[in-house]
Amino acid sequence: MSSSSNNTTVSTGGLPSRRNTELLMLVFAVVIPVFAYANVGLAKEESLPAGMLGYGLGLGLLAGIAHLVVRRWAPYADPLMLPIATLLNGLGLVLIWRLDQEPKITTPSLGGALAPGQLMWSTTGIALFIGVLVFLKDHRLLQRYTYISMVVALLLLVSPIFVGQEVNGARIWVQIPGVGSLQPGEFAKIIIAVFFAGYLMVKRDALALASRRVMGIYLPRGRDLGPILVIWAISLMILIFETDLGTSLLFFGIFVVMLYVATERTSWIIFGLLLSASGAVFVASVNSHVGERVNNWLNPLDRVNDGVTETAQAMFSFGSGGLFGSGLGQGYSRLIGGIAAKSDYILATVGEELGLAGLMAIIMLYALLIERGMRTALAARDPFGKLLAIGLAGVFAIQVFVVAGGVTGLIPLTGMTMPFLAQGGSSVIANWALIALLLRISDTARRPAPAPAPSLDAEQTQVVRP
Amino acid sequence: MNKPMRRVAVFCGVLILALLVRVNYVQFVQADELQSHEDNRRVRIERYANPRGDIIVDGQPITGSEETNDDDFTYKRTWVDGEMWAPVTGYSSQAFGTTQLEYVNDSILTGDDDRMFFNNTIDMITGKDQRGGDVITTLNGDAQLAAFEGLGDRKGAVVALDPRRGAILALASTPSYDPSSFAGYADSDAEAWTALEGHEDKPMLNRALRETYPPGSTFKVLTAAAALEHGEIDNVDDPTEYEDPYILPDTQDVPLTNQVPGVCEEATVRDAMRYSCNSVFAGLSNDVGNEGMIETAEAFGFNEEHFVPVRADASVYPEDNRPQNAMAGIGQASNRATPLQMAMVAAAIANNGSLMEPYMVDQLVTPNLNVIEQHDPSELNEAVSADTARQVQETMETVVEENSGIDRSQISDDIRIGGKTGTAQRGENNSEPPYAWFISYAITDEGSPVAVAVVIEDGGVDRNEISGSGLAAPIAMDVMAAVLADEQN
Repeated sequence: MSSSSNNTTVSTGGLPSRRNTELLMLVFAVVIPVFAYANVGLAKEESLPAGMLGYGLGLGLLAGIAHLVVRRWAPYADPLMLPIATLLNGLGLVLIWRLDQEPKITTPSLGGALAPGQLMWSTTGIALFIGVLVFLKDHRLLQRYTYISMVVALLLLVSPIFVGQEVNGARIWVQIPGVGSLQPGEFAKIIIAVFFAGYLMVKRDALALASRRVMGIYLPRGRDLGPILVIWAISLMILIFETDLGTSLLFFGIFVVMLYVATERTSWIIFGLLLSASGAVFVASVNSHVGERVNNWLNPLDRVNDGVTETAQAMFSFGSGGLFGSGLGQGYSRLIGGIAAKSDYILATVGEELGLAGLMAIIMLYALLIERGMRTALAARDPFGKLLAIGLAGVFAIQVFVVAGGVTGLIPLTGMTMPFLAQGGSSVIANWALIALLLRISDTARRPAPAPAPSLDAEQTQVVRP
Repeated sequence: MNKPMRRVAVFCGVLILALLVRVNYVQFVQADELQSHEDNRRVRIERYANPRGDIIVDGQPITGSEETNDDDFTYKRTWVDGEMWAPVTGYSSQAFGTTQLEYVNDSILTGDDDRMFFNNTIDMITGKDQRGGDVITTLNGDAQLAAFEGLGDRKGAVVALDPRRGAILALASTPSYDPSSFAGYADSDAEAWTALEGHEDKPMLNRALRETYPPGSTFKVLTAAAALEHGEIDNVDDPTEYEDPYILPDTQDVPLTNQVPGVCEEATVRDAMRYSCNSVFAGLSNDVGNEGMIETAEAFGFNEEHFVPVRADASVYPEDNRPQNAMAGIGQASNRATPLQMAMVAAAIANNGSLMEPYMVDQLVTPNLNVIEQHDPSELNEAVSADTARQVQETMETVVEENSGIDRSQISDDIRIGGKTGTAQRGENNSEPPYAWFISYAITDEGSPVAVAVVIEDGGVDRNEISGSGLAAPIAMDVMAAVLADEQN
């Protein structure tokens, strides 16, 4: 949000830093989850939960420190992103804590209560957020690591094939002794955006201009098409070996978006869509796990093996919520069963207990966050920053759409987490890092240009009036 | 790069818009369908979240609700004397649904009925949980106990009516089951359910309402009424012209014999009733004709289902050829009746020809006892004229007075008792044990307070000893005595 006379974030110089706005909104971002926490306690136990003060103070402290770091190291950064991320993270913690109150889905085999762990991961995430802001003085430094990031991203993406374990039909986890399990895909999405931004900034002219016009569209040259095919092949591989529809969609979608932005050529989009569609159809017909999900999507309420599916349970949750929901703590989203209620299906709890109104509010929070990311991309002054920002915002947007669309039955379900809201350490840490990078770019973009050096010539030609 | 970026931003906006449209569709348009979907466990969680209302007999609940340790289903249905009352209440199981009164008045018992909206709103404002309303039945606990204990281990059913109102006083069916045994959804409940479902004696069958039997000789009461109504006879003491044995019409001299020798030749209807003469009643049925018999049978409620409010199967008096119609007149052939139907026949005769609509729910009330619905007794049919009814009453009273096998000693002599026994043959060439029937009524100075039908499928005794008077009549007498004792208090 900038001053009323100026509706872009493109800095023309004396733009206010908006740090106090951010602080005020952070207060709301902490108070709302605290109220939600009290609400759950009152609904479940008819008394204020014992941990409320500690929880409120903890969240407030984290938000406060993050704010101070932004104030000191990124003073011109966008004022909305930190409060929105804090609010989503805070609400996510409340929702997980609320689901922890259900004994049926909080058994030892399901990991017991998950809210304390999530709070710890959130703290780690905010620490990483602070680290990025403090140590990454300028996002352009990342350009140096273009090819290293490519290697790292590919390693992360394929690692589950070799050292991972299959959970719920998807092989997307890596066990690290002493730390727990990690979802490398969550980190890979950021690193891959860094790689694309660096690669495309260098290659974009070649990609954009060297092409032949065939039947009204610009056909890229074979050697420029090469990398696309490679990416397509890799995403297919992920899909087949890890059966991780979400990550491959994310991975491929973001590549198409960044290519399009870098080259300004629609033909890349058409290629991208054709390739992804054919890949998706191929995999859906070959892979039973994916085929099953498509079937669940088309017939969400069908019984499978004489039992109600998770998909159906999630739909029932949404349906039972209606317009205003049953109230926090008063729904039955535990019927979804297992750990999924706290991770993939956490939106179902939102839908049931906060209703359509609450769910739309949450989606709008995501929309706002994505919009701020897009604005940051538009405002950034260097092509690497622009590409990186659009890539990160795009990753975030696709992930939100794929998860929320999957859970509500708009598209087939894929195994990804709702950023900040869902239980999952890797997810929350990676997304805090993502927000930090966006804030870093927006800080650079909104930073007032240095005052021009006084021109000696101008001084000399000054007419000195008597 | 800004132009494609704006397009990407617009595209992301479209994605968000699609999400918003989708959640609106799911949570607003589809919400009702999803909320009430049969697989949605919330429906059942809601249903058992509060104690169910009760079914009341004689001012006392015969049902109850107990709090469970279950996370989902807070309350479970319980029954007092479940086996005895099961034919009345039906069951209400967390796993297997509801039947009979529990089913018919489910919305009252759960408190979801629209007519309880006001109560529910008040409860909501005052912070009370939703409570279910009660169903007040017309049943008489003493009569039910007499019927249930009288049946004992035998297969059979008893229905007692108040002929003046049509109120059902007893409704027993054995062997019975305890609905409490599968009220929950645990493994033990499923086992109990499976065992009952697969049981050869069909304990969950409501024999009083849902099983039709050949009514046997008890149907002769109706045949006599039909003959009087259609002018085939004018007086039950006039001799008839039917021979013994009676040759079935349109057959190659197929004779119809009688149980008691030498008394049925050209007997009066009174004597024919007393000795249960097949020849006389087959002849009367034949003379009245199939159409006339159907007409009178339907006046008594045959050929249609009755809702009391639980559905009772239709009893059948079908269109038939002459020999079949003659046989149907003595309650054999394709003539079939439920115990309820035969109780209605006795009741209509006792009530001077007026057949009252049978019912067993007197009132539906809210938890604070506001009456939501009150049953007004109404006449279902003027089954026969009062004169016909009185003449048939006389013959039935002769049966009780003159039959040494019927013991009416426990009922005061001031009270008129009429009855008719029946032994319905069944199986090819009478190969299976016959059904023992007895229908009866009592009449006091204030009209008839009770009419009873009893059927016993298998007496568990030697087949020659199976008779309406020996097996079924004592139960009917006990039931009537129980009702009459209450009547005097």
